Amino acid sequence: MHKLGMTGLSLTSSLIGFIASLLPTSGFAKDIPDNAKGFDHLWYEVMVDITIIGVIFAVIMIYFMIKYRRRSADEEGSQKPMSAVSAIGWSVIPVFMFLADDLYLAANGWELYNDYRNVPENAFEVKLEAAMWTWDYTYPNGAKTYNELRVPAGTPVVLRMTSRDTLHSHYIPDFRIKEDSMPGRVTYIWFYPQEPGEHVVTCAEYCGLLHSKMYGKLIVMPEDEFTAWYKTEGDNSEQTVASN
Amino acid sequence: MMYVLKDWIFTTDHKKIGLLYLIGSIAAFALAGIMALLMRTELSSMGPTITNNPGDYNVWLYFHGAAMILGFQIPALTGFLANYLIPLQIGARDVAFPRVNALSVWLFYMGIVLALMTFVVPNPPDVMWTGYPPYSVLTPGNTALYTFTVLLLGFASILGGVNFLTTITFMRAPGIGWNQLNVFTWCTYGAFILQLIFVPVLGTAVTMITLDKYMGTHFFDPAAGGDVLIYQNLFWFYSHPAVYVIFLPFIGIVFDIVATFARNRIFNYKAAINGGVGGIVLLAGEVWIHHLYVTGMPDWIRVGQMVTTLMISIPVGLLFISLVGTLFKGSISFKTPMLYGLSVIFLMLIGGLTGIPLAIVSLDLHVSDTYFIIGHFHYVMAVAGTFSIFGGVYYLYPKFTGKMYNETIAKIGFWLSFIGVNTIFFPMMIVGVTTGMPRRYWDYSQFPETAPYHFIMGIGAAIIAVGFIVILISWIHGLFKGTPAGDNPWGSRSLEWTTTSPPLAHGNWEAVPTIAEGWGPYEYGTDKA
Repeated sequence: MHKLGMTGLSLTSSLIGFIASLLPTSGFAKDIPDNAKGFDHLWYEVMVDITIIGVIFAVIMIYFMIKYRRRSADEEGSQKPMSAVSAIGWSVIPVFMFLADDLYLAANGWELYNDYRNVPENAFEVKLEAAMWTWDYTYPNGAKTYNELRVPAGTPVVLRMTSRDTLHSHYIPDFRIKEDSMPGRVTYIWFYPQEPGEHVVTCAEYCGLLHSKMYGKLIVMPEDEFTAWYKTEGDNSEQTVASN
Repeated sequence: MMYVLKDWIFTTDHKKIGLLYLIGSIAAFALAGIMALLMRTELSSMGPTITNNPGDYNVWLYFHGAAMILGFQIPALTGFLANYLIPLQIGARDVAFPRVNALSVWLFYMGIVLALMTFVVPNPPDVMWTGYPPYSVLTPGNTALYTFTVLLLGFASILGGVNFLTTITFMRAPGIGWNQLNVFTWCTYGAFILQLIFVPVLGTAVTMITLDKYMGTHFFDPAAGGDVLIYQNLFWFYSHPAVYVIFLPFIGIVFDIVATFARNRIFNYKAAINGGVGGIVLLAGEVWIHHLYVTGMPDWIRVGQMVTTLMISIPVGLLFISLVGTLFKGSISFKTPMLYGLSVIFLMLIGGLTGIPLAIVSLDLHVSDTYFIIGHFHYVMAVAGTFSIFGGVYYLYPKFTGKMYNETIAKIGFWLSFIGVNTIFFPMMIVGVTTGMPRRYWDYSQFPETAPYHFIMGIGAAIIAVGFIVILISWIHGLFKGTPAGDNPWGSRSLEWTTTSPPLAHGNWEAVPTIAEGWGPYEYGTDKA
C-alpha cells in the first residue's frame, strides 16, 4: 500500500512537471501586478462587506430599542427560554456564516499578499540602510543618495533594507507599502512606479526624538532622464572611490 | 480622620478594595487624559505648537498609553468591577484570599507612584507603552522605570487572577451552578485565565530589555548574536491577549447592564459563554503576529495568523448576536448606565468591524502603524472599554454609595463624551487610510492635507474633557445631594441587588443567600425572584 502510494505520488509529480514544462513561462512573463490598485480594490470590497454587517446589526438594534421600550415602570421582558434546537441553530448558523466570510476575505487577502511579496524578475534593486533619522540608498553602480530615492518610471523597484541603529519602517503611502528595517536582518519591499512624479517616503516605526521628521522623497523619473542621472552619479561615486 | 484612613488602607473587604482600585484608576485616567489633551493641542496646528521639543511629546505619548492600559483599564475592570461585583454576584461573603487582595491593591498603588515618577526623573522613559528594542536599550530615557512599573502592575494582576479564579470556582453560594453565573462573572473568569497564562511572558520580555540596557546582556543585540524581533514576539504574545483581558470584562458588564435595563434574559446564554467567551480564550494566544505583519516575520506565519485573526470574528459575532438579541421582547429603559451599554455595542461595531481589514495581512501593509490603526483600537478598546467602565460605575453607583446620582447631569456627561470620541476617532481613521499619516508623530509637515482633520480632532478632545468633568461632577454631586437609592433601584434579578445599599461592611449579607430551585440572574418575566 505504502509502495503504491509512493509510486502514485512520483507519477503525479512527474506528470505535473511535464505539463508545467509545456506552459509558456519564459518570454510570456506574467503582467507585473499593480499592488496599489490591488489594495484599493480589496479595501473597497472589505469596506462594503463590513458596512453591510454593521448596518444590519445597527438597524436591528435600533428597531428593538424603539419597539421594546419600557411602557410602564414594573414591566418586565417576555423573552422565553430558548429550546435546545434553536440554541444550536443560533450558534451553528452564525458560526458558519462568519467563518465563510472570514475564509473568503482571507483567500482574497492572501492572493494580494502573494503579489506584494513576489518580486518581479526584472526588478531594479536598491539597498537601503535606515538610521536615526535618515534613509541612505545605495544603487547597484555604487551611487548613493540620502532621503531621496530616484527610480525610473516603468520598472519595478525592490528595496533590500536594513538599519544601523534601531527599528524604522520605510513607508510609501502612495504605493500602499511599508516594511520595518532593523539591525541584523534584511527585509524587502517592492513597488511598481509607472508614471513620473514625486511621492512621500516617511518612517512608520517609532524611532525616537525625530521620528516624525524622518521623511524623504521618492522621485520617479522618465526613463531616459533617470538613465542620464544614474550614469553621472555612478561616475561620480567611482571618482570618489578612486580619489580615496 | 486618621481612623478612616487606616480603615481604608488596611482593609481586606473586597468592596473597599474595589473602590480603592476605582479611585486609583480614575486618577490614572485623568492624568492620561491630560496627556492626550497636550498631544492634541500640539497637533492642532502644523509645526511646533506648544513645545519645540519632540521629546516632550514622546513622553506624553508614553505616559498616555501606559497609564490608560496598565493604570486605568485593566485595574478598573479586573480590579474595581471584579472586586466589587464578583463576590456579590456569586453570593460569597468575600474573596478567597482577602489579604492577598489587599496586597494586590497596594502593589497597584505602588505601580501608580512609580509611573508618576515619569514626571520627576531627569530622563523620563520615552519608549511608548510597547518598549521595543533596540530603541528602549539605546535611549537616554529611563527604561528601568518602565520595566518596574510593568512588573509591579503585572504582579498585582497575577495575584488578582489567582484570587478570583479560586473565588469563582469554590465560593459560589450553595445552589449556584456554572450555568447560573452572571455573564460578567464568566467573562472575568476568562480574562483571569488569560492574565495568569500570559502576564509572565510580558514580565520576562520587559526584564530582558532592562538587562540589555543596564547589565550588558545581548538578548536583542544582533551584533552579539541577539535578535530584535524576539522582544516583539514576546511582548505581543502577552499584549494581544491583554486586549481580551480588557475586552472580556467590559463586554461582560455591558451584558449585565443590557439585561438589567431591558429586564430580559440573555439571548442564547450558552452560546455567549461557551462560544463567545470560550472561543476568545482559546484563540487569544494564536493571533499575536498580526501586530508584526510589517516587521519581516516569515510569510507562512503572517498568512496563518491572518486566518486565526479573522476567526476572532466568530466568538465576537456570537457575543454581538447575544447582546442585540437580549433587547428582543425586552422592556428597555434608557437610564444612563443603559446609554453607556448600548453605545458600547455601537462603538464596538465600528471598532470591531474596522479590525477586519487590519486582520488581512495585505491590507495591513498599508494601514499598519498609521492613524487608521489608532482610530480602530481607540474605538474597539479605549473608548468602548472606558464607556463600559463608566456605565459600570453608574450601574453600581446606587449600590456602593446607597444614593442615586442626578440623571440629567449624568446624561449631559454621556452625550458630550459620546460626541467627543466620535469627533476624534472617526476622522483619525479617514486620515490614516487616505493619507497614510503614521502614528506617534509630533509634527506632520509631510502631510499638510491632514491639518484640518487635526484641528477637528483637537475640538473633539476638548469636548471629551468637558464631558469627563461633567461626569465627575455627577458622581460628586450624587454623594452629597443624591436621594436614597434603595436596595434594588433597577429592578434587577441578579444577586448583588438582594443586599442592602451599600452592602454590609463584612460578609455582604446577614446570612448566606439561599438560592431557590431554578433561580438565575436573568430570569425576568417569571415569578422566580
